[in-house]
Amino acid sequence: MSNFGYVAPTTVEETLSVLKRATDQGQRAQILAGGTDVIVQMRSVDNSHRLFVDIKALRETNEVLIEEEQVYIGAAIPSGVLNENATLKTLLPGLLESADLIGSTQIQGRASIGGNLCNSSPAGDTIPALIANAAICVIATSEGIRTVPVENFVTGVGRNCLVGNEFLLGFQIPRPSTGTGDAYLRFIPRTEMDIAVVGAAVAVTLGQDGICSHARVAIGAVAPTPLLVDAAGVALVDTPVDEEALRRAAQICSDASQPITDKRGTIEYRRKVVGVLCRRAGAIARDRALSNQ
Amino acid sequence: MTKIYVSTIVNGRPEDVLCEAHQSLLDLLRDEIGLTGTKEGCGTGDCGACTVLLDDRLVCSCLVLAPEAHGKEITTVEGIADSQDGLHVVQQKLLEHAALQCGVCTPGFVVAAKALLDKHSDPDEETIRYWLAGNLCRCTGYDKIIRAVQDAAQELATTK
Repeated sequence: MSNFGYVAPTTVEETLSVLKRATDQGQRAQILAGGTDVIVQMRSVDNSHRLFVDIKALRETNEVLIEEEQVYIGAAIPSGVLNENATLKTLLPGLLESADLIGSTQIQGRASIGGNLCNSSPAGDTIPALIANAAICVIATSEGIRTVPVENFVTGVGRNCLVGNEFLLGFQIPRPSTGTGDAYLRFIPRTEMDIAVVGAAVAVTLGQDGICSHARVAIGAVAPTPLLVDAAGVALVDTPVDEEALRRAAQICSDASQPITDKRGTIEYRRKVVGVLCRRAGAIARDRALSNQ
Repeated sequence: MTKIYVSTIVNGRPEDVLCEAHQSLLDLLRDEIGLTGTKEGCGTGDCGACTVLLDDRLVCSCLVLAPEAHGKEITTVEGIADSQDGLHVVQQKLLEHAALQCGVCTPGFVVAAKALLDKHSDPDEETIRYWLAGNLCRCTGYDKIIRAVQDAAQELATTK
């Protein structure tokens, strides 16, 4: 008989008390969403006994709320379900594309944006797209809700800011205003189903005059954590996000990257490609913003 | 730890079984319920041999914990054929196109291809290839499988 357990609480309070009880009894508890990382890791690198706390039965992790000022996306919604939401696809096409890039149809039936973030890989595809869209993590704690900007969530390779019995409920994203567009691009050596060698996400807001008033740029797989590159966003503001401005932002991204050499790519290669992807994603985001005036 | 009670509906039939928390849905189907049509290939969600429908959504049953099936409806390859008319058109076309050799990947392809055709009545080749990208086949080279699915889509369109 094993010391694995499984519970599927239906409220945040119940989840927190289950987590507390496990901690008090010295039992390891692990949050389960889609399981496409957690179960694979349990069967390969880390098969220690634990209590799985399935958070898919919570309203807060499953709902999408599209409000006047903000969009809320539950942490455990499978990417296949998100991509069937036509309103979300219109509002945040780049974010949904980043989720759609991960895994096969089968994986997309389970894998979630929240899980992708909590796995905290440097190469998680949805993370730069969340950062570019200024997403805020909504975290359940025993003292209530706390919020953390996505760019501050991942603290190292496979590490994040969740402590104690905290768990991620979902994301608050400022509802993209008129004239806003986002895009995420990644480079992989195959056409699909691979881990990003480099990723870049850009979100821009253009005024009626076509001049950029707001921009955020984030890059992935080129540092121990996905990075918000403030200066690249600044380089796009007050420009028409033309070739010249995009080349400046691209150079800033290349300079901000701190990649490593591994089987997927070298330092030099990643540094160059992150600029290229920033430029291309920026052009897509700009064109989306222009068509959304 | 005590065993966990799971009440689920598999291919329209209620099943009440006991499982352990870390068992997979694949183990539950094969070892507890006795439906061995669903195959284990990689056990890590890469090959798609264990594909089933969980509440009408395609999943790798190796990456679902058995207790997660509680209260859910599952369709396996055993639930695809029509009991009245015999094989489902996808199964028939895979046979006609000789789109299988060793057959280990076939149950996953059948379940995934049927789900595709339920969703897209007239998929182009690119759509089919992307949809089935999570199903690996080391024998056929895929072309025969793609042609079988295209043929099945056409047949479904003409018989509607």
